[in-house]
Amino acid sequence: MKTLDHGNNLPGLYIHIPFCRSKCSYCSFCSTTSLELIDDFLSALFTEMNFYESSFGRFDTLYIGGGTPSVLSIKHFRQILTHVQKTFRLTEKPEITVEINPVDMNVNELKALRHMGVNRISIGVQSFNDDILAFLGRRHTGSQTRRTIADAGRAGFENIGIDLMYGIPGQDIPLWAETLEKAISCEPEHLSCYQLTLEDDTPLGKRRRMGEFLLPDEDRQYDFFMRTSTILEGAGYVHYEVSNFARNGNLVSRHNSKYWNHTPYLGLGPAAHSLAEKRRWWNRGSLAEYLADIHAGKAPVATSETLSREELRLEALFLGFRTKEGIHLKNFNTRFECDLLEEKAGTIKTLQNSGFIRIEDGYLRPTSSGLAVADSLSLI
Amino acid sequence: MENIRNFSIIAHIDHGKSTLADRLIQSTGVSDARTFKDQILDTMDIERERGITIKSQAIALPYEASDGRAYTLNLIDTPGHVDFSYEVSRSLASCEGVLLLIDAAQGVQAQTLANLYLAMENNLEIIPVINKIDLPAADVDRVIEQIDQELGLDPDTHLKCSAKEGIGIEEILEAIVDRIPHPKGDPQAPLAALIFDAQYDPFRGTVIHCRVFDGNVKSGDMIRFMFHNTVYRVEEVGHFLLSRAKRDRLSAGDVGYIIAGVKTVADVRIGDTITLNDRPCEKPLPGFREIKPVVFASIYPISSDDYEDLAVSLEKYTLNDASFIYQKDSSVALGQGFRCGFLGLLHLDVVQERLEREYGLSIILSVPSVRYRFTLRDGTVTEVDNPSLYPDPTTIAGSEEPYIRATMMLPDRYLGSVMKLCMEKRGLNSRLNYTGPGRAEIIYEMPLAEILYDFYDRFKSVTQGYGSFDYDLIDYRESNLALLDILVNGEKVDALSQIVHRDRARTRGLQSCERLKEEIPKQMFRIAIQGAIGGEIIARTTISAFRKDVTAKCYGGDITRKRKLLEKQRKGKKRMKMIGSVAIPQSAFLAVLKSDTD
Repeated sequence: MKTLDHGNNLPGLYIHIPFCRSKCSYCSFCSTTSLELIDDFLSALFTEMNFYESSFGRFDTLYIGGGTPSVLSIKHFRQILTHVQKTFRLTEKPEITVEINPVDMNVNELKALRHMGVNRISIGVQSFNDDILAFLGRRHTGSQTRRTIADAGRAGFENIGIDLMYGIPGQDIPLWAETLEKAISCEPEHLSCYQLTLEDDTPLGKRRRMGEFLLPDEDRQYDFFMRTSTILEGAGYVHYEVSNFARNGNLVSRHNSKYWNHTPYLGLGPAAHSLAEKRRWWNRGSLAEYLADIHAGKAPVATSETLSREELRLEALFLGFRTKEGIHLKNFNTRFECDLLEEKAGTIKTLQNSGFIRIEDGYLRPTSSGLAVADSLSLI
Repeated sequence: MENIRNFSIIAHIDHGKSTLADRLIQSTGVSDARTFKDQILDTMDIERERGITIKSQAIALPYEASDGRAYTLNLIDTPGHVDFSYEVSRSLASCEGVLLLIDAAQGVQAQTLANLYLAMENNLEIIPVINKIDLPAADVDRVIEQIDQELGLDPDTHLKCSAKEGIGIEEILEAIVDRIPHPKGDPQAPLAALIFDAQYDPFRGTVIHCRVFDGNVKSGDMIRFMFHNTVYRVEEVGHFLLSRAKRDRLSAGDVGYIIAGVKTVADVRIGDTITLNDRPCEKPLPGFREIKPVVFASIYPISSDDYEDLAVSLEKYTLNDASFIYQKDSSVALGQGFRCGFLGLLHLDVVQERLEREYGLSIILSVPSVRYRFTLRDGTVTEVDNPSLYPDPTTIAGSEEPYIRATMMLPDRYLGSVMKLCMEKRGLNSRLNYTGPGRAEIIYEMPLAEILYDFYDRFKSVTQGYGSFDYDLIDYRESNLALLDILVNGEKVDALSQIVHRDRARTRGLQSCERLKEEIPKQMFRIAIQGAIGGEIIARTTISAFRKDVTAKCYGGDITRKRKLLEKQRKGKKRMKMIGSVAIPQSAFLAVLKSDTD
């Protein structure tokens, strides 16, 4: 199976656009609705790029995420791409992704993006059910979303991903299955299906703490998870990571895969994370702090850490068990001088017998039910 | 000697013993406001929290009475719990009189009676004192009636006070002088002193608390403990004020301390008689008993790395608690630990809490057991207090278990439910007395093992807190015992094994399984919890597996946060005991002991 390993370990570049037209009720990511700060932010972003001009080689992927990147105009995107190309080098066929919100862009704008070199679009669909969209505080309806997906196809995008969400109060499994069927009928190349998780400081998190609604219990979460996998794999998608499905192995998110196998990445913009060798750092969490640091002439880094071998090892385990490909035993042994098959022989045997993992082509791979308990698997 | 009065305060728990003691200390001017801390006599945190005295204390109160003469009133405080009744009896043996304190709202309770009987056995002058008369719920007339009818004392002899408000204190002090006889004894006779307590001082070794009946003792004397037949040279004697006050000698009638280079409290026995080595008294003072632990349990460190710390802490702990005994023990499931003996469940609680609180240890306790007696087919008799030493069942010809006499006092409306509880606990030969209008005393003989397991909690619950309980050991009786093992995924957890009555095995097995089910977190596999006798499974529950735990997405490369969560989980897992592939938290071991009503 060829999924994550695209034969290169070239770094990925992430740019965080910390703006939204409105804040969704479940979202705890860094974003603001003060769109008048966009120009300030972009000039700060370009300054930040310059800090890293020489420290990273060629980037293989560029991912513009948020927030809501589609609040930017085509002019803004052009500035960003120009600046990236001026400051860094990209490989010959980079994967360039932009996250967009339904209704934000018409077909002409999408075409313009495509012409600029953006070759992957990720649409924040979340649901096709209007009641659920309202509960989540989304600004679009299901039918608008379908139009946007179609527009993206018409604009020439051959790699369209959509994000969906399950485990939402008021959503039972049949309703979720309906959403999945509608998604499948749009024939996207990629789907990300996330279980709703709520931070306490979000509006929905507060409502949950007040006891206004319950999130599904663990048994129901499992049902959602397994139904998602069954339905999408039935429709021909590969369940290649806990939350991610691709039409085939070539259509996996090259950028996100770097996060899962410790490939270096550079994150720019507020709250963005970066990894280079054993060092990981992340930027200031708010736009104001980010801008202040840049204006003061320094890198807007909040914290950095140097990962110990033990920390890297734990990450390699939990990230590996989140992917269908699993953990490459030989590489793991080389990196951590740990022969899992030998050191954890008893546990692995039990896990195999219980149908959580299998050993295949030199990999330790989670099964579908293994993916559902990837956290526990990593603590073996 | 005419100016000395030796007395104790006896009462049911929470009837205000310590508060009254504080008030007497305060009003005789021993402590001023600055040094006064509420309830000086109860010095340990645990004692203060639970409102009970565990160790005895003593203090000499200087008092100028209305007759114009100066007296020394020696207050000997007593432990306030049934587990420590022998210590109470030795303290009382050191007195000539007692204040029998009764809560004006609660009236006479089981320990009021038990303490009264102890005082009567020692022929003490008894002054009934009705406390908490300031409470809105106080019913003084009813208590006076109880003093007459339930205690059989002259109701005209009672005093009234509110120790909390300082009401009636002067009258109590006068009554102590007037009514409690002064000590009698012969200062010229050979020394005879009763040890009623011993405490450890890190600088001086054991400080022996004693009452001198005859003769006198001074530093330099060679003294002999008559039971141990050991001889020590006296370094210092003195009285108890707020701290120790050195004196030249202790004479007949005195209460005081002796320091004689005794290394640990285990080297002296409470109730033993001290005499002079070269001029011994004829025979020891009466009433000595060697107290033996009746409840046994093993203690293990949660992390086997802490074994040495546990060993050191136990050693330190026993310096000051001679009734606690321990020896090395080991468990297949829990590793190296110690088998310990306690005077009762409360004593066990106290030891556990102090080890955790004062010594910062995390420990696991095995299921407590009493000491059973087995007669084997070859005629030998063996005593077993540790389920891991249970004899091969094919060799057992007969078995016996210790019985207690349980005395309970309660409003009669609870009689039905208490009798039901006692029968469930294999209670026998009940005797019922109506001690007053609407009040009953009920006595049962029942196996000690039954009160180790959720008896107190359920008794309190069925009597809605109005019942009181006291017990004493009576004898060993024939029983039909079995060894109940608990298996987790087929592996025996030896620390959870229990010796049980065969008729109760199934119920006990099920309860243990259910408790474990509540405490052991779901894991990736189904966990079978079974109770077994020999090879036969008699109880079973299952903890279903969790099926999903992966939620937080690793968005935008924020992997650190997720890793930290997992690191925390991994740490938590390390604090659990692994039995095979199942992680069992400390709380699960404790839960097996707890009652359903918690």
